[in-house]
Amino acid sequence: MSSRSTISRRRFLKAAGMAAGAGLLPVSSVRLSFADEKKDFTFAYISDAHIQHIRGTKFVRNWDRGLIRAVAETNLMVPEPDFVMFGGDLAQLGTKPELDHGAEMLSKLKHKTYCVMGEHDYYLDLGEHWSKLFGPQYYSFDHKGVHFVVLNSILTFDEWTHERWPSAEQRMLEMAGLDNPNGSPFMVGEKQRDWLKQDLAAVPTTTPVVVFSHSPIQKIYKGWNFWTEDAEEVQALLKPYASATVLYGHVHQIQYSQIGNIAFQSVMATAWPWPYPESYAHAEMDWPVMTVPMNRADPFFERDATGWQTVDLMKGRTGLNYTLYNNTARTVKFCTKTGRPRDVSYQDESARIPPQMHY
Amino acid sequence: MKNVLAVAFLILGMLATGPLAAAGDGPPLGLPPVPIPDDNPMTPEKIALGDKLFHDTRFSTTGEVSCATCHEKEKAFTDSPLKTSEGIDKLTGTRNAPTVLNAAYMTSQFWDGRSPSLEDQALHPFTNPVEMGLKNHQPILDIVRSDPEYVAAFEQVFGIEGREATMDEVTKAIAAFERTQVYGNSPFDRYYYLNDTRALTEQQVRGLDIFINQGRCVSCHVIEQTQALFTDNRFHNIGVGINDIQGDIPELAHAFLEADYTLEEVDVQVLGDARTSELGRFAVVRAFNDIGAFKTPTLRNIDLTAPYMHDGSIATLREVVEHYNNGGVTNEGDPVNDFLGGGIRPLDLSEEQIDDLVAFMEALTSDELQPPAGNQEVTQ
Repeated sequence: MSSRSTISRRRFLKAAGMAAGAGLLPVSSVRLSFADEKKDFTFAYISDAHIQHIRGTKFVRNWDRGLIRAVAETNLMVPEPDFVMFGGDLAQLGTKPELDHGAEMLSKLKHKTYCVMGEHDYYLDLGEHWSKLFGPQYYSFDHKGVHFVVLNSILTFDEWTHERWPSAEQRMLEMAGLDNPNGSPFMVGEKQRDWLKQDLAAVPTTTPVVVFSHSPIQKIYKGWNFWTEDAEEVQALLKPYASATVLYGHVHQIQYSQIGNIAFQSVMATAWPWPYPESYAHAEMDWPVMTVPMNRADPFFERDATGWQTVDLMKGRTGLNYTLYNNTARTVKFCTKTGRPRDVSYQDESARIPPQMHY
Repeated sequence: MKNVLAVAFLILGMLATGPLAAAGDGPPLGLPPVPIPDDNPMTPEKIALGDKLFHDTRFSTTGEVSCATCHEKEKAFTDSPLKTSEGIDKLTGTRNAPTVLNAAYMTSQFWDGRSPSLEDQALHPFTNPVEMGLKNHQPILDIVRSDPEYVAAFEQVFGIEGREATMDEVTKAIAAFERTQVYGNSPFDRYYYLNDTRALTEQQVRGLDIFINQGRCVSCHVIEQTQALFTDNRFHNIGVGINDIQGDIPELAHAFLEADYTLEEVDVQVLGDARTSELGRFAVVRAFNDIGAFKTPTLRNIDLTAPYMHDGSIATLREVVEHYNNGGVTNEGDPVNDFLGGGIRPLDLSEEQIDDLVAFMEALTSDELQPPAGNQEVTQ
């Protein structure tokens, strides 16, 4: 009889909740939330697919399946997302077959799709083929009262890019490596910062601003380029805004932090997870306590610790809902009380999941 | 230590003359103790009552269908060789009857896990329109409250007046009976847990190695140090059924996302409509993670329960292995479904290796159930 009682309990709770909601809310806040509701919206965010060409028509199956699944699930969203953002690293080594194959998979999305440049898309032909497929590498757009900015944050020093390497292929491989002494830190660069300054000049400081970049516009861990060299200068341009958020890919893990007025949130990869870096380069960094260290606990299950996310825009602030395959879904959203993003389930010490320390 | 325990279980198993004794005295070789809910302790009288209820055809609109119709003891508690089960008036559902054997170890019941216990599970087929077809459970209560044998049995087992019997007691008795149907003690168990190297053939030993390594089978069909349930009690999209309705998934999924179905409505929908059935676990929990996902069945006695998969769509164990070897498609080259589970990928097994795996699965039949009972006459 348990299912019967469960159902009637569920129905009862639902009815009770509706009654309580209607009875307890003051009329003014009902109106307020109605007024705001028109501006609240949701979009989907898929990132870091790393489509990898083997030869001929063969691509790495695991990475293909991750992107295919995220696209198919996004297409099932109810209510539908207002748009979809792809957060960069569509390709693994920036080749035409990889970018074309990835673009074909993304084309199955039913919704308007925006794209961010990742270093794996860029360093073979310096973004040429990517731009043919997806258009400008940095741009802005407005949606329901929010100003969105897309930056190409994975540029680096001209000398490194143009003069150091004998071939484009080697340049790509050098930038793709972790802990590579031949690598070079990411940056937005002066040209784009000037453009951003001009772009924001027309945006009132009361308008919520959301910036999409591939790398974090902050300095987390240089060895893996969880890093943007001119982060402080970009942050300074966002400083006047009452509500500013940076959403970034690249790190293949959930991160969130608050620096001054700017909230930072990362997204998951569809391809593979990275572990959290062992150390941080900046001791003075305002970096949140890591609550759920992530690793691929299940080597059998290829989607483990990968995922995609929906982003709720509520009064200009972001709440990220992470779809994590065969794992507990997580939601990290801006908490107006503490003024920083917060994991709604795991923030409290008592609710944390102890990391797996042995295998 | 492992062997000491295993020997102890073996001795207990030899002392036990039937499943009832096995449940009372200790688990069969290769299986853990049966989980018994605190509120439904096992007694011989309760088990006998459950057995009687399980086989009573009066609990259907036609008076012809009982639990045992689709879960026949002589067919390893399935309705083999039917692909999907036949209820009243030869109406067919959408799913292959899962065996009752070792269902006691499952942490959820039905292919999509929509029921949390054997007790709860027993409620639903009575009232499903394509199974036993009752409008509600009242006709069952009318019988058990008036049939003198039942009145006496309920009084003896539960200490209640005959007229006070409810579905709570009915399902508890059925569940208690089902908890006696636990069978381990297969050639595999003797090989693995008693180090009896002669228990498996050379081919079966090779198959076990493939099962654990290249075939990746063990990741879901779990074998542990002291026991083997051959299931992870989880749900996986392995590319069965869902592959055939890929174009319909948005429409079907939206129906479930937009409507707030009760579990009883889900029960009727998934057994009543073949396309909806293929949504699998998603229809229960409405999470994208579970589109087309079904529960990992145990592989114990799998040789006795053809055809296979939630829809009975695969006739032989060899074709099942080929399906996995193809990376989640039954016919090589067919499109893989977008929601395929992350563990499923092409295995690159040779024809010989596929044969070895099948031979290994044939070594999972419990001694008590040999020889295969699939073609015998019903003798109850």
